[in-house]
Amino acid sequence: MSDLKSGSNLEKVLMAGHFALTGECGPPKGANVEHLKEKFSHLKGVVDAVNVTDNQTAVVRMSSWAASALMIQNGVEPNFQMVCRDRNRLAMQSDILGAYAMGVRNMLCLSGDHQTFGNHPQAKNVYDIDSMQLISLVKKMRDEGKFLNDEDIDGPPKMFIGAAANPFADPFEFRVHRMGMKIAAGADFIQTQCIYNMDKFRAFMKIAVDMGLHEKAYILAGITPMKSVGMAQYMAKSVPGMDVPESLIKRLRGAGKGKVAEEGIQFAIEQIQEFKEMKGIAGIHLMAIEWEHKVPEIAERAGLLPRPKV
Amino acid sequence: MRLSYPSNVKVIQVPCTGRVDIIHLLKAVEDGADAVYVAGCMEGECHFLVGNLKAKKRVQYVKKVLQELGIEPERVEMFNLSAGEGPRFAEIAREMVDRAKALGPSPVKMKKAA
Amino acid sequence: MIIADRKPAGELLEMVKDCNRILILGCKGCVTVCNVGGTKEVGVLASILKIARNKEGRPLQVDEKTIERQCDPEYIAQVKDLVGQYDAVISMACGVGPQFLSEAYPDQRFFPALNTTSFGGALQHGIWSERCAGCGTCLIHHFDGMCPIARCSKSLLHGPCGGSARGKCEISKEVDCIWDMIVKKKMEKGRLEDLTKMKPNKDWRTARDGGPRKSVREELVQ
Repeated sequence: MSDLKSGSNLEKVLMAGHFALTGECGPPKGANVEHLKEKFSHLKGVVDAVNVTDNQTAVVRMSSWAASALMIQNGVEPNFQMVCRDRNRLAMQSDILGAYAMGVRNMLCLSGDHQTFGNHPQAKNVYDIDSMQLISLVKKMRDEGKFLNDEDIDGPPKMFIGAAANPFADPFEFRVHRMGMKIAAGADFIQTQCIYNMDKFRAFMKIAVDMGLHEKAYILAGITPMKSVGMAQYMAKSVPGMDVPESLIKRLRGAGKGKVAEEGIQFAIEQIQEFKEMKGIAGIHLMAIEWEHKVPEIAERAGLLPRPKV
Repeated sequence: MRLSYPSNVKVIQVPCTGRVDIIHLLKAVEDGADAVYVAGCMEGECHFLVGNLKAKKRVQYVKKVLQELGIEPERVEMFNLSAGEGPRFAEIAREMVDRAKALGPSPVKMKKAA
Repeated sequence: MIIADRKPAGELLEMVKDCNRILILGCKGCVTVCNVGGTKEVGVLASILKIARNKEGRPLQVDEKTIERQCDPEYIAQVKDLVGQYDAVISMACGVGPQFLSEAYPDQRFFPALNTTSFGGALQHGIWSERCAGCGTCLIHHFDGMCPIARCSKSLLHGPCGGSARGKCEISKEVDCIWDMIVKKKMEKGRLEDLTKMKPNKDWRTARDGGPRKSVREELVQ
């Protein structure tokens, strides 16, 4: 991890050894640029990079690369996400080149939620290649300067490559291996699914550190502050791969009417403090979904501000 | 027992209601029957173990078909009783005849040209 | 076998609404084995259509016949003198049947009674499940006898994805996560390293994506 691969702000922050902070922003369900700007304006200067989701939960939104380009034009660094659900390998390589040409330097490679979850369940499934192969593809384009078919690229995209890891999906014993595979395929950084079961996550990280994975890629712990008891219950029951312990739901309920959101933020801040000290964790990925305006406050209270200038 | 049951019930005897298939029930409806029902042993007491359970599933299937076609599913029914229950047999017959009367003639009866 | 489900009665009635006499042609192949298009099912469909049309006051004559298969010209030829006698013919075979019949008898209309879905097998009597997607490049030997192309909702080659929970696929608790099964079997047999090796990108040319396929046995062609 010596020379810069992409020169992105996120890469530089992590390379310099700072504890990184990334945020997330879902583009609007339309071409409403003002709405998009309003959303990410809360995050400007508060995080090192902002994830831009790609038709998240299979709901059609402004495309990730376009929203990313708009972000760059407005002084915010995006972390461009691409899912495998909607694009074949031609469109993927093409969009990667286009995004890079527009100034995008960070890219997160994901499988993508199945389209049955979304608002166009009748659509045809693509999944031409999977997330592991997409990571490998981006690395090939960047480091070899070649397309998948080995033809030379006229201006290779030098992306900082990210991948997702879910310590809470099944089978548990395999999750660290799978994260290791993504790193071996070329992932430079990992963002985990949002964490609530701290015991399980500590166990996951112990195995990851024993395998030396934290030395091969930067691992960022995912956090989503709970806004309400309803949100916690919904996530516990209806979101596959999510692990919300009963103890957390009890804690939120115990906070009393009108104070649950604050309790949720408290929990998030406690987590951040533990992650700052946890071996193998290089930063935090803060997903305050539809709560972007709270990010500056949480970052401040968790002692993560000001963000380093690199 | 010499109990009487309505004369407009035609009884077809089978060794086990498991012998009754979907096509038999459909044919009855096709030929204009106002109602058709299957009377089998109590569940768990079928002489042939599960014949009456098969019949039950088939009756359910035919009910669904009738519903799909806009015909009252109550015209087809499954009943369970033991072989010795003469009065119950007569009671069921009266119940289905009353039901058929309430539902009116089967909409499948061929309409005679005016 | 090829698995199919019968189209709803309403859809079939719409297809034959301008007909007075039709033939329902069943098949003793796959559709008999999965109880959807054999002799018995032909009889049931015939009765259903007659009931519906009697109710409308426009009776429909429905003849019934079931042949060995509808995917071999020799069997299609057997109904040469029969099919012309009707306003239309409903084929109760898989999607191949109505097409072979249409090609052989271009002057007649052949309607599909079934919605053909997949290649699969019986889990128990009455329940059939998809096993094969016909991708043309079988890889189940890499996955201890399980196919992720057909049985993973995302056709992943390096699963499971983050949505796999308690052995079930994220799309429904009724769907098993095949990757959960593959990983557990590999762990049990001590073959986990098979999964950590990168698999090459799938070549979809041998699948339907590459265009309609044809298989030729040169040694048999006259």
